[in-house]
Amino acid sequence: MSAPGVFRVAAWVVQRDLRLATRRPSQVLQPLAFFAVVTLLFPLGYTPELAKLRAIAPGVLWVAALLASMLALESLFREDAEDGTLEQFVVSGQPLTLLLFAKTATHWLMTGLPLTLMAPLVGGALGVPFAALGGILSALVLGTISLSLIGAVGAGLTLASRRGGVLLSLLTLPLAVPVLIFGARATELAIAGDSLTGPLYLLGAVAVLGVTLAPLAAAAAVRIGLE
Amino acid sequence: MDWTWFHKFGSPPHVYRLAGLLTPWFAWPAALLILGALYGGLVLAPPDYQQGDGFRIIYVHAPSAWLAVMIYAVMATAAGVGLIWRMKVAHAVAASCAGVGAWFTVVSLLTGMLWGKPMWGTYWVWDPRLTAQLILFFLYLGYMGLRASIDDTSRADRASAVLALVGVVNLPIIRYSVEWWNSIHQAPSVMKMDRPSMPFDMLAPLLAMLLGFTLYFGAVLLIRLRAEILRRERNASWIREELT
Repeated sequence: MSAPGVFRVAAWVVQRDLRLATRRPSQVLQPLAFFAVVTLLFPLGYTPELAKLRAIAPGVLWVAALLASMLALESLFREDAEDGTLEQFVVSGQPLTLLLFAKTATHWLMTGLPLTLMAPLVGGALGVPFAALGGILSALVLGTISLSLIGAVGAGLTLASRRGGVLLSLLTLPLAVPVLIFGARATELAIAGDSLTGPLYLLGAVAVLGVTLAPLAAAAAVRIGLE
Repeated sequence: MDWTWFHKFGSPPHVYRLAGLLTPWFAWPAALLILGALYGGLVLAPPDYQQGDGFRIIYVHAPSAWLAVMIYAVMATAAGVGLIWRMKVAHAVAASCAGVGAWFTVVSLLTGMLWGKPMWGTYWVWDPRLTAQLILFFLYLGYMGLRASIDDTSRADRASAVLALVGVVNLPIIRYSVEWWNSIHQAPSVMKMDRPSMPFDMLAPLLAMLLGFTLYFGAVLLIRLRAEILRRERNASWIREELT
């Protein structure tokens, strides 16, 4: 029997992770609930006036999305490292970079994409006009891709350490600063009704750079973490 | 080409002795330059026409800010060398860099705040350079946190090396995004010093200070490197011979 091609194997990884996610929906739903709860806190803590909320909506949306995707990262590699799945990835002879990229892509499908789809609801609650939603959605799609990729590197690096959580955030949040800046700027422009191509291109560039380099770094990190 | 000189850097005893020999060659020029530049900067240089004597903090602020960034580059280079050639000594260099770099970041932030109080009327403004420096500080903290959280030295070395490299790729992007972020939210800051138009007796102490601080970093790095090597090789037999 000939060995399966690399893309075949990557597809299997995606399939497996999707199946695991459907068996444990709480892992997918919790970051989403967290996203909603955090944004709910702002009207309560600041003001219920929609005009004022609209002014801080870009920051709130992006910080909440950043924190929610941070929260979801813990589950990206940790369990598979503990039950030996990642070890099998390493010894399988298949390119680890590609397998981890497949895992990260699936992770994005289960966190970044739902977060993006929830944004209209949350944004609407913050007084974001309907016309801005298209721009905000496209910015969030590109931004959450980068966040998942940056997070994958952090999650790989913290495999070797005893405690994940806080350290993972400390490692990843400074690296995610450009995504936050460009994303919030795009959202601000969208709300104001201006053209947001500039920040969108920059978000796209960060995402492309992430797709190119982050899986390599994540693979190196996971190898070190599993020893 | 003969690469022996390079491979010799892989040997802890060799580097330990070399670092010991080199330390005074960095420390003494550093001390002389810093003392000379202090005199030049605090006494000889004329007061600034706008800021008066307040500008003199630049002689500490600018060199620390420069070192904070440069040390990160040195650290990432050492980490990369350690990762590629599996050189334990290079990892020891990276480990010795982190603490110094983080402190210089703190010094540059604190002096920046002290400078900001009389010039801007407040200790902290979200000036792009201050903000980028703050983010750099968090990058250092993350690096040291990761290193501290892994017990096994070799794994800690390589994991933190990957982080340092990721950070060094990201650092320019962070710097530019922060500059861009601020250019939107805030009018250009009050303080735009035209460096080339700085008179010579203001500039010369600054350059001497930059060189002095850099040499000082070299000396501190060598001392810390020796301590780090001793810690790592504490069970090796050459240390007993070296120290008796």
